[in-house]
Amino acid sequence: MTDSQETAAVVPAGVTTIPVVDVRSGMFGGSGSGDTSGYGGLIRTIEMPAPTARPFGGWFDEAADELDLALADDGLSLALAVEHVVVDRNEITFHVRAEHLLAFVSRLRDEPALRFEICTGVSGVHYPQQAGRELHAVWHFLSITHNRRVRVEVSVPESHPHVPSIVSVYPADDWHEREAFDMFGIVFDDHPGLTRILMPDDWPGHPGRKDYPLGGIPVEYKGATIPPPDERRSYS
Amino acid sequence: MADVTYETSYDDLVNEPPLAQASDAYAGAYDTTEGRVFTVIGQDWDSVLAPDEGEKERIVVNMGPQHPSTHGVLRLILELEGETVTEARCGIGYLHTGIEKNLEYRTWTQAVAYVTRMDYLAPLANEAGYVHAVEKLLGIVDDIPARANLIRIITLELNRITSHLVCLATGGFEMGALTAMTNGFRDRELVMDLLEMITGLRMNHAYIRPGGVAQDLPEGAVAAIRKVMAQLPKQLDGVPRMLVDNGVWKDRTSGIGYLDLAGCMALGITGPVLRSAGLPYDVRKAQPYFGYEKFDFDVPTTDTCDVYGRFLVRLEEINQSIRIVLQALDMLEPGPVMVADKKIAWPSQLAIGADGMGNSLEHIRHIMGESMEALIHHFKLVTEGFKVPAGQVYSATEAPRGELGVHIVSDGGTRPYRVHFRDPSFNNLQATAAMCEGGQVADVIGAVASIDPVMGGVDR
Repeated sequence: MTDSQETAAVVPAGVTTIPVVDVRSGMFGGSGSGDTSGYGGLIRTIEMPAPTARPFGGWFDEAADELDLALADDGLSLALAVEHVVVDRNEITFHVRAEHLLAFVSRLRDEPALRFEICTGVSGVHYPQQAGRELHAVWHFLSITHNRRVRVEVSVPESHPHVPSIVSVYPADDWHEREAFDMFGIVFDDHPGLTRILMPDDWPGHPGRKDYPLGGIPVEYKGATIPPPDERRSYS
Repeated sequence: MADVTYETSYDDLVNEPPLAQASDAYAGAYDTTEGRVFTVIGQDWDSVLAPDEGEKERIVVNMGPQHPSTHGVLRLILELEGETVTEARCGIGYLHTGIEKNLEYRTWTQAVAYVTRMDYLAPLANEAGYVHAVEKLLGIVDDIPARANLIRIITLELNRITSHLVCLATGGFEMGALTAMTNGFRDRELVMDLLEMITGLRMNHAYIRPGGVAQDLPEGAVAAIRKVMAQLPKQLDGVPRMLVDNGVWKDRTSGIGYLDLAGCMALGITGPVLRSAGLPYDVRKAQPYFGYEKFDFDVPTTDTCDVYGRFLVRLEEINQSIRIVLQALDMLEPGPVMVADKKIAWPSQLAIGADGMGNSLEHIRHIMGESMEALIHHFKLVTEGFKVPAGQVYSATEAPRGELGVHIVSDGGTRPYRVHFRDPSFNNLQATAAMCEGGQVADVIGAVASIDPVMGGVDR
């Protein structure tokens, strides 16, 4: 029902929106049986935490300032490289534009005031509802020097799932990017050897995506049939 | 060329070189654009012709996925020049079971029973990482009862001891120190008995739950833990006495599997391998969780950057774990072991009955005989589960093998939207090439054993 609202193209620069994860109706989440509570028409929009405006609080502001300064050497600024920043549950997320990712993470690693020495890998997330930015690659970085962590998120459309590989900056990300490619089909450009890592080489499809079925068969127990897990009722 | 001329129908056969005559469907030789390729399956090396003059011999050996010394189904693809490894690559994925995807179809509490099966030598560490992330998402980290956190720390450290003992045992076994294996597994059994007593199972515990733990410590557990913790150092003394100053062991492990601090940083290595390069980084110290900041323990390091150093680090970590367990036992005070919020807390403490573990009799009496509302509440919480506000978190915990990172995304529903485990084994296995290339084939075994990968965690 909100598909038309959601199909708006990539958000223009400077405009911050709250990404909608799902729209649910009814009181109990279940579907397929009548909702007799009288709340069947209830509609709830589920949104991810909204973009945060300054001040971010804690060391986040300091780190953002340093990043802004450092990116200036590349002819960039925080506002240019980053779509928006989310501070939620004491964690900071930089939603970085794909084209500036490499410059961004290079600064993360090299700037003495930032010094995020370790990349703890990339995790793919599939949001089929977010038209034009369905696939997200989410990196986490650790600075042992300053004992801090940041999250960097890049969103790309499913039709053109290309993200720059950061293996040239963080060699540790090699297998992690292969896994995200294997599971989500996110193509990491300039990765030294982007092949499947967990699934067989000739496997069709990307199992992590939401439209990829879990699989499973119904189980019969004492005469009753229990459907496979992905066909059971969800109460979300 | 054969001297005998056969009937015309055999012409093709006799015109073939002798090798092809001897070959079967699985072994033989054929020419490719890159030169001659030989496939040998054992006991037929004689049939392989010497390479032509000037042609570079290139032997690629598959070690695994079923080789007993590759720690489970790890496939090592080694390119050899004599006994020297010129290139080493890992083939993984043989144990991929899609646990992360499965979690998206289970409630937040049920997921614990899945994640415990990832790194099967440190099941409680997986549970702790996952549960910590869920609690961060729920915003209840500070509401977890002190007793629950202490029990978590006790079980986690006991698990670290069993995990490191397996590493020492299998690592020793793979390099020929058989007594290290028999002793290691013997000592591990003592601790496994404790875990069985506390959780009901030797592995795949599903014991640490969002909000607390599945059940309180059983009667006599504290005394039993104290007894084993007193006994363990004496028994463990055999390992250092046998290996630490053992010339054969030192020759076998010193200077091999070398990875220095710069290499560790570049490859994102954490855990004992990082600490063997001299950096005392431990998530329990740097970013404490579950109340680790209240404990007095050391982070052992060595600066040898090799297999021997990692062996020493693990040995000392066992002693530090014993210290932590003893301190935790002293801190234990009676109290709840599940969060007070009834909308999150599993409605019953599990208890071990005559037919195994299940809901406590007291609870069943309450919901079946006393309170209709309690029954409804139980039913809804168990079948539907609780909702977790939308958002994402990353939790880092110190698993025996290094930093276990758990990235969870919630869409505000009763099931995880996405769970990703950054398993330390998965990441650290990337160091295989850096550790093995240029070394000997025999040292590959030692290097991989010192990474201590658990394929259940690598492949998930």
